[in-house]
Amino acid sequence: MSGTPLLSLAIWIPILAGLIVLATGSDRNAPLARMLSLMGALAGLLVTIPLYTGFDMHTPAMQFVELKTWIPRFNVNYHLGVDGISMLFVILNSFITVTVVLAGWQVIDNKVAQYNAGFLIMSGLLNGIFSALDGLLFYVFFEASLIPLYLIIGIWGGPKRVYAAFKFFLFTLFGSLLFLIALLYLFIASGGSFSILDWHQLPIGMTAQTWLFLAFLVAFAVKVPMWPVHTWLPDAHVEAPTGGSIVLAAIALKLGAYGFLRFSLPITPDASHALGGLVIALSLIAIIYIGFVALAQEDMKKLVAYSSIAHMGFVTLGFFIFSALGIEGALVQMISHGFVSGAMFFSIGVMYDRAHSRQIADYGGVVNKMPKFAAFFMLFAMANAGLPATSGFVGEFMVILAAVDHHFWVAFAAASTMIVGAAYTLWMYKRVVFGAVANHHVAELTDINAREFFIFVLFAIGALGMGLYPQPFTEVMHSSVNELLRHVALSKIQ
Amino acid sequence: MTLAEMQFLTPDLRIATAEIFILLMACLILLFDLLAKDRKRTATFVATQLTLIGAAVITFSTSSGEISYTFSNMYVGDLMADLLKLLLYLTVMVVLFYSRGYILEREQMAKGEYYALALFATLGMMVMISANHFVTVYIGLELLSLSLYAMVAMNRDSIPATEAAMKYFVLGALASGLLLYGMSMIYGATGTLEITAVAERLYSGQADGTILVFGVVFLVSGIAFKLGVVPFHMWIPDVYHGAPTAVTLFIATAPKLAAFAMVIRLLVNGLIVLSQDWQTMLILLSVLSMGIGNIAAIAQTNLKRMLAYSAISHMGFMLLGMVTGVVGGDARFALNAYSSSMFYVITYVLTSAGTFGMILLLARAGFESDEIDDFKGLNKRSPWFAAMMMMMMFSMAGVPFFVGFFAKFSVLQAVVAAGYLWLAIVAIFFSLIGCFYYLRVVKIMYFDQPTNPTPIAAPLDVKVLMSANGLAVALLGIFPQALMSLCAFALLRSL
Repeated sequence: MSGTPLLSLAIWIPILAGLIVLATGSDRNAPLARMLSLMGALAGLLVTIPLYTGFDMHTPAMQFVELKTWIPRFNVNYHLGVDGISMLFVILNSFITVTVVLAGWQVIDNKVAQYNAGFLIMSGLLNGIFSALDGLLFYVFFEASLIPLYLIIGIWGGPKRVYAAFKFFLFTLFGSLLFLIALLYLFIASGGSFSILDWHQLPIGMTAQTWLFLAFLVAFAVKVPMWPVHTWLPDAHVEAPTGGSIVLAAIALKLGAYGFLRFSLPITPDASHALGGLVIALSLIAIIYIGFVALAQEDMKKLVAYSSIAHMGFVTLGFFIFSALGIEGALVQMISHGFVSGAMFFSIGVMYDRAHSRQIADYGGVVNKMPKFAAFFMLFAMANAGLPATSGFVGEFMVILAAVDHHFWVAFAAASTMIVGAAYTLWMYKRVVFGAVANHHVAELTDINAREFFIFVLFAIGALGMGLYPQPFTEVMHSSVNELLRHVALSKIQ
Repeated sequence: MTLAEMQFLTPDLRIATAEIFILLMACLILLFDLLAKDRKRTATFVATQLTLIGAAVITFSTSSGEISYTFSNMYVGDLMADLLKLLLYLTVMVVLFYSRGYILEREQMAKGEYYALALFATLGMMVMISANHFVTVYIGLELLSLSLYAMVAMNRDSIPATEAAMKYFVLGALASGLLLYGMSMIYGATGTLEITAVAERLYSGQADGTILVFGVVFLVSGIAFKLGVVPFHMWIPDVYHGAPTAVTLFIATAPKLAAFAMVIRLLVNGLIVLSQDWQTMLILLSVLSMGIGNIAAIAQTNLKRMLAYSAISHMGFMLLGMVTGVVGGDARFALNAYSSSMFYVITYVLTSAGTFGMILLLARAGFESDEIDDFKGLNKRSPWFAAMMMMMMFSMAGVPFFVGFFAKFSVLQAVVAAGYLWLAIVAIFFSLIGCFYYLRVVKIMYFDQPTNPTPIAAPLDVKVLMSANGLAVALLGIFPQALMSLCAFALLRSL
């Protein structure tokens, strides 16, 4: 497969497909737009499969590298490549795009072409973020990906969609603008290079490292999101259409975490060690405090949104323990969260499409009317709570194990949330699904159709497969994570 | 008279051929327009466009790439001038295309004078671009300004337009006064009005420091007035708002190119030795402009007024590149910094032309379409043009992949390279504020329902041009290298 620019294809096939879908125009051509979108998404997924099958897991080096000059005036290159850390996310993203196109199949009947095109273009941009090895290229994809999601929330969102869309855009932009300054500083400091790999080798003094680390932290913390800059996420999730929530939770949140691994840790290792305690503290606040916040939610989407923040707290916690187990656990948690939160938002979307409410209080006894749905929802609720044999367990368990090595009380605090997590998820599940049929809206519910069943099966394969046999996911990470840790252990101060 | 004296008296007209051509054609068009019976003035319009194409051909073919002077060193031709003039012709051509439908629908503007004045204004800008003498700068500036005053007032029964013209005239005259006063002080200190000679005398240190600094202050004030940066920005919102949109489009685009050239000629070519003094002033102007421009724009409900404040902030951002050219007497960064500013101006003109062009595209007889709410639900009425306008807005906000991002990026890298990290952070902070009102336009177009469901009734050529304009914003964002290096190359050969 060498020679085929797989990563370029993974980026540009969905974008091109999106533009073609846009060209179908008005809603009279909606069936055509849907078919083309599905074909585009499937083609995008197909070209990412060789990334896994052709991946050499014994080297930490970048693979499938493409390098072309882009803006020689500033030494910016179109430089793509993946390692064990980023490769899985390209595949996950392409997979999620397929589910999103399917999830909107019957539900979205207004501006179908624009809706699907938005997701396809975003899918390409997100793949670009995960495979960019040039700082500016990364930044360009990183910021450009805000536009489709802004439009998706704003056009197809709920009643407060305008507020949510603006908050989403401006929060994220605020973070990324400081990031741009950091990139420019590194560009100057490295004597005119935008290559991330060059920056990994660049010696930087402690003061500069601290400022760079903080700039990175702001950018990525907003995106993850970490407490206290998380407030945009519940709003965005609640207002976004189902597809938007799925992409936001499954992929967009991972960008911030990925940024920590690609930028913060290797470029500013000394500052990362020095300020790691700060990140761990913020992560623990996210895990514990946000867990309790989730417990108090009455809106299902908001509840899952807060639970996402808590789960992402495990991810940042795992990174800053600086052990292979912690980082791999965090990566597993990221991918698992992609499946599980995607499925949770899809489940809520399924109910919302029928009863047009996301309030827990409006439901009760759904199992009587939607038994098949209740079974799947149960599976994902359990995965969200971190039940063993589901993917949710693997990552959290690895991170907690690593945390025990690091500091007992950190591990204790993190582990205690397994209980809170189980409490808010299962309590919601109980109130929504079990009991007698609560009202006539619930009485009118119909069980999932074949399309929804199929999407659930896709998510279930991901969540269960990863829970029962995580090795295919972890084995590709080893070399890259070890290399990263070796690198982070070396001081850059000269 | 000997042969040698004869040669001395005959100036080298090659550099000024295009200017002479435009002057002749403008006079001819003005004359022949008197005979025109056609109410639509098609012949006048076509002749004006052909004149601009002709000027482009002349400029292109007489360009030597070398710096050469003529008219006793009052006039200079170099690559930067040639590049800016070519872009100027293009801009004016595009502007006239966009405005044609608008002025035809407004009786008092549907006259040949509009085209003649546009040509005279173009001539004024060309003179500014090629000036190597304070008086030449002034002549060019006045020719431009007087043409613009008349254009703003053309719709003479419109009270806002008349008021705008009056304000523009009074404040413009004040600015000219400041500029002249500054020039006269610099003349007093150096004994010459020739820009390159001023630079030489300053190098050799034979100038009176105090008078010079006063001169620089007035000169910078005059320039700031013409650029429209805070605190000399008061005319911008009123003129942009009050002028007929076709004229606003003209004011918001082409003169920015000439004003940039004026900054280069006066401050860089003439007063580079005093860079420490004027750079400090420009930092202040730039930060204030970005602040006030972006914050005031948020409160606007009229799109033209919002874009006026946005123009103030953009000119402030552009000046950032000008303040980072010389750091501690070291001019290593000059080329990088000035070419970033040039790239910024050019891309701003491109985007600005598109946004005002879009207002013209939606306007009809008796309907100006200049309120932000007039764009409500544009995505329903025309997804294609909504997408174009969205790209323009994101470009102005500095979001990739649009060209505005690379404009901001190139200026910011110059700022960071010069060690002004704090200035870069301030600029970024105000850009974030600025993002809000651009996003609001996108919101109006995409998230709101249309109040006026009529489809867009613009002629095909304008639609095609508008599409090309929008696509250029996107394509230059994906491939910015060519224009960036063109700017750098032109300045390298001209400084």
